[in-house]
Amino acid sequence: MKNVDLLLPLSIIIPALAGIFILLSKKESQGFWKSFTYIGFGFPLFSAIVLYSQFDETIHYNFKMKFLTGLEDFGITLHLGLNGISMPLFLMAGIVGFASGIYALQAKAERIRLYLFLLLIMQSGLMGVFSSIDIFFFYFFHEFALIPTFVMIGIWGGVGSRSTAMEMAIYLTLGALASLVGLLVIYTNSGMINHSFDFIALSHHLSNTPLETVLQQNIYGILLFGFGILVSLFPFHSWAPKSYSAAPTAAAMLHAGVLKKFGLYGIIQLISPLLTEGAAHWATILGWLALGNIVVIGLATISQTDLKQMVSYSSVMHMGYAFLGIASLNSIGTGGAVMLMFGHGLSVALLFLLTTCIYHRTDTFDMADMGGLASKAPVLSAFFITATMAGIGLPGFANFWGEFAVFIGIWGNESIQWMLYPAALGIVISAIYGLRAVAKVFYGQPSVNFQKHMEANTVRDLTTSEKIPALILIFSLLLAGFYPGFVSNLINRDIDGFKPDTIVEGIEQPATSVYLSHMESKNGQ
Amino acid sequence: MNIQFLKELAATNQWHWILPEIILALLGVSVLLMDLFFRGDKDKKIAIVSIGAQFLVLFYFINNFSFMNSPDTVYAFSDMLKQNAFGNWCRVFFIICSILVSSLGVLYLKKNKLPSTEFYSLVLIATASLMIMVQSSHFLLLFITLETATVAFYVLISYGRNSSLSLEAGLKYLILGGTSSAILMLGIVLLYGVAGNPSMTGYSTDSMNFKELGHFISLNQGSTLLIVGVLLVIAGFCFKIAVVPFQIWVPDVYQGAPTPIAAFLGVASKASGFFVLINLLTGPFVHLKEILVPFLSVIAIGSILFGNIAAVTQRNVKRLMGLSGVAHAGYLMIGLVASFSVETHYIIYFYLLTYLLASFSVFGVMCSVSELDARQELEDYEDLAKSNTFLGFILIVGLGSLAGIPPLAGFIAKLLLFITAIKVKLYLLVTVAVIGVVISIYYYFGWIREATFRIFRIEDKNNKHVSKDYESGLSAYHKVLFGFVAILSIVFGLFQTVFRGFIW
Repeated sequence: MKNVDLLLPLSIIIPALAGIFILLSKKESQGFWKSFTYIGFGFPLFSAIVLYSQFDETIHYNFKMKFLTGLEDFGITLHLGLNGISMPLFLMAGIVGFASGIYALQAKAERIRLYLFLLLIMQSGLMGVFSSIDIFFFYFFHEFALIPTFVMIGIWGGVGSRSTAMEMAIYLTLGALASLVGLLVIYTNSGMINHSFDFIALSHHLSNTPLETVLQQNIYGILLFGFGILVSLFPFHSWAPKSYSAAPTAAAMLHAGVLKKFGLYGIIQLISPLLTEGAAHWATILGWLALGNIVVIGLATISQTDLKQMVSYSSVMHMGYAFLGIASLNSIGTGGAVMLMFGHGLSVALLFLLTTCIYHRTDTFDMADMGGLASKAPVLSAFFITATMAGIGLPGFANFWGEFAVFIGIWGNESIQWMLYPAALGIVISAIYGLRAVAKVFYGQPSVNFQKHMEANTVRDLTTSEKIPALILIFSLLLAGFYPGFVSNLINRDIDGFKPDTIVEGIEQPATSVYLSHMESKNGQ
Repeated sequence: MNIQFLKELAATNQWHWILPEIILALLGVSVLLMDLFFRGDKDKKIAIVSIGAQFLVLFYFINNFSFMNSPDTVYAFSDMLKQNAFGNWCRVFFIICSILVSSLGVLYLKKNKLPSTEFYSLVLIATASLMIMVQSSHFLLLFITLETATVAFYVLISYGRNSSLSLEAGLKYLILGGTSSAILMLGIVLLYGVAGNPSMTGYSTDSMNFKELGHFISLNQGSTLLIVGVLLVIAGFCFKIAVVPFQIWVPDVYQGAPTPIAAFLGVASKASGFFVLINLLTGPFVHLKEILVPFLSVIAIGSILFGNIAAVTQRNVKRLMGLSGVAHAGYLMIGLVASFSVETHYIIYFYLLTYLLASFSVFGVMCSVSELDARQELEDYEDLAKSNTFLGFILIVGLGSLAGIPPLAGFIAKLLLFITAIKVKLYLLVTVAVIGVVISIYYYFGWIREATFRIFRIEDKNNKHVSKDYESGLSAYHKVLFGFVAILSIVFGLFQTVFRGFIW
């Protein structure tokens, strides 16, 4: 165990501790709880960067650590570690968390300390989700991060948020419990002598003695239903736009940006390698549902007049591309899905942040009531256009490489090759709503109401405290856009497996790469 | 009858094994005497004496009895009483329950200006008899202790003598409790008669003894009379644990009963039923798997669905807690069904422990918030978290744990239950349980919503909302106690190391 390994558990514990300190602090001692906010959000980002730089590409799981919490008799241990798929997402969680934390500090919400506490608990859970090797704790941390969202929508949401929060809580509990049952069925049927939730042990065992095909298909179906709800897959998405538009900005950034990737990550990293037959069985159906996300929800996005609703819908729509990447069943498509998750997390968080910045200047989310903002706030408009471009997937942003690779992946799989056309149509759809929003908000004649605002001269450009989080996100998007290897080298290794010349005797191939090579040879690609 | 026989019998009387029960029962009697001699602030003094003594018993118990998961089972009092680690675990559960009920009682009695001595006395006697009940391995002892506890409950439920609802609840419990005792008695007598019939193979002269009865059942599994007897015994206990179709008394009795007693009913009485049932199902009734599994499964499904759906419509929180308790009994029934195939003692114990912690958090808040004990509506909890953050926190932890939300202990308990159920392939029951949990989110989170969320009120100057003062009447002792109970719910959700070697 190296010292650097300690950063991993600390990046889960420190945000939670900082949150508790903030909650217990006095309201007047601003310096105290502000500095703890910086520590709580800064430390995960710091440790993510350090861990990224220390990542050893010749080892499968880096920074492995095991803690016993008392459930080891059931094969549950807090086993932490990062591999090539989880490292970029861990980094993304750190970046988005830091950005939303800084943004939340200046948001001046009522009961700000409770707000920060809940946000920090979320952050702690998010860092845990992507660093858990143990499937139980993967689930556990997800729930840990989910509960604060519900409370935050309820307390800081607008009128009507009470029922939205309840709807979301019930819907997501259904999804979470369905996936829990699916995971438990894998666990109890694995046939291991000592049942274990440890993914490394499970995948090792199941690659030698896979489950029965029918059972695999059934479990995969349950998990797809459960994770589908959590990721807002097409027919199960109705909670998402409502919740995001009701949620306070920082919570929406963390939830739509990072937490929602939980299900996709679970499918790519954990579930598909364990249930190869199930993945093959459901791929076409998954492709159809993903098209539902892209086309149906894409069209719904176009019809939105409320800016925040539009951003919420667009975040749901882009999940379709990630699902298509998974449905392609080949390495390039799956790798594209991971890359897209990285880019989408950053760009959607940026969009939510800027949307709220616009709201503070126009006092409305209704796009018909805006117009001409660019003349008063040029920096804001430049940022928003950048974010929209990133969302559409223009070259130069991380999303581009993700979508691009997903398209190649679909083309590579003959049975779903035709899905490329409707999927490409989605790009046009997102260009339509994105550019229309830019035009309505920033250009053209200001509406009557907004004209009054402008005349009163209360409309200012982005303040520094709003700029910093936005710049962090834009910088990361561009970095991955111009130098995709920054993310994709890590992903490649876990998708393609270790290259022959670097293979050391006895080294274990990443489960995802084994699964993908199996799929590719099966499909004759 | 010769003297030698009596000597042998007396030799098995290990009185010191039930010393905690004896102390508690004596304490229950002696507080009545103390009432005569104490001067000044009598209520406070008696509360200090009885709660303090219970704490001492708890420490004595923890130091002197083994909880380690060992197979050592010893018998005493002519095989009437059985002691092992599981039994000790149940006993300590009841002592904790009793301490908490007495502490809630302090709040309740002060608020409602009721005499306190009899309250503590009855709680202590009920606790002592429940503790012996879970150790009994003979139907005679089982029935006597059960009746002692139930009679104490009849009085306790109607303790709020200035409230007509409490008296009504007492009467309902008396009638239905009497009926259930009669059913149980009928079952016991049938079993006694069948197993004592000399024309049956393997008949026994001491057929109320669990060991002898178990031996008899293993030889005569097809006997109709026997099965009827077994089902009647189980039905008698189903009344105690309040499962469908024996749950009909629950909402009214919970609403009418004083809040601490509602908690006592919901936790101790329910737990005692489960402790006895698991003893019976893994003991004498173990050979009747084919008949009992479908019977118990139907009960489990009915309870989970009925409890949760009925609770959704409730606005009165005491009724809500009662009906959600029916659903929890349904979840625990899954553990009982699974107990025929795998070892589930520890899961049921852990579940009941988390249920105890969570329930008492919630009931503690209810005792502190309530003005009119029986008429507690969800609206009374509006803005609780804002006006009193401490009580809000306790309530959220309690409800979250009951709903089974990570990282609270209730989640781990449900997880272990689901793991076991899936292991023995009870897929239908797990599906129903999942649906039940999802429904329960509506009312548990609905309650949290009332307590924490911002409320958008139409400004009305005539009907201005008065923010309540919840702080009054909560002493430092109660704050520490409630805080401790709530923190334990969180700690047991994150670290279960304490239980390794104890119960699993």
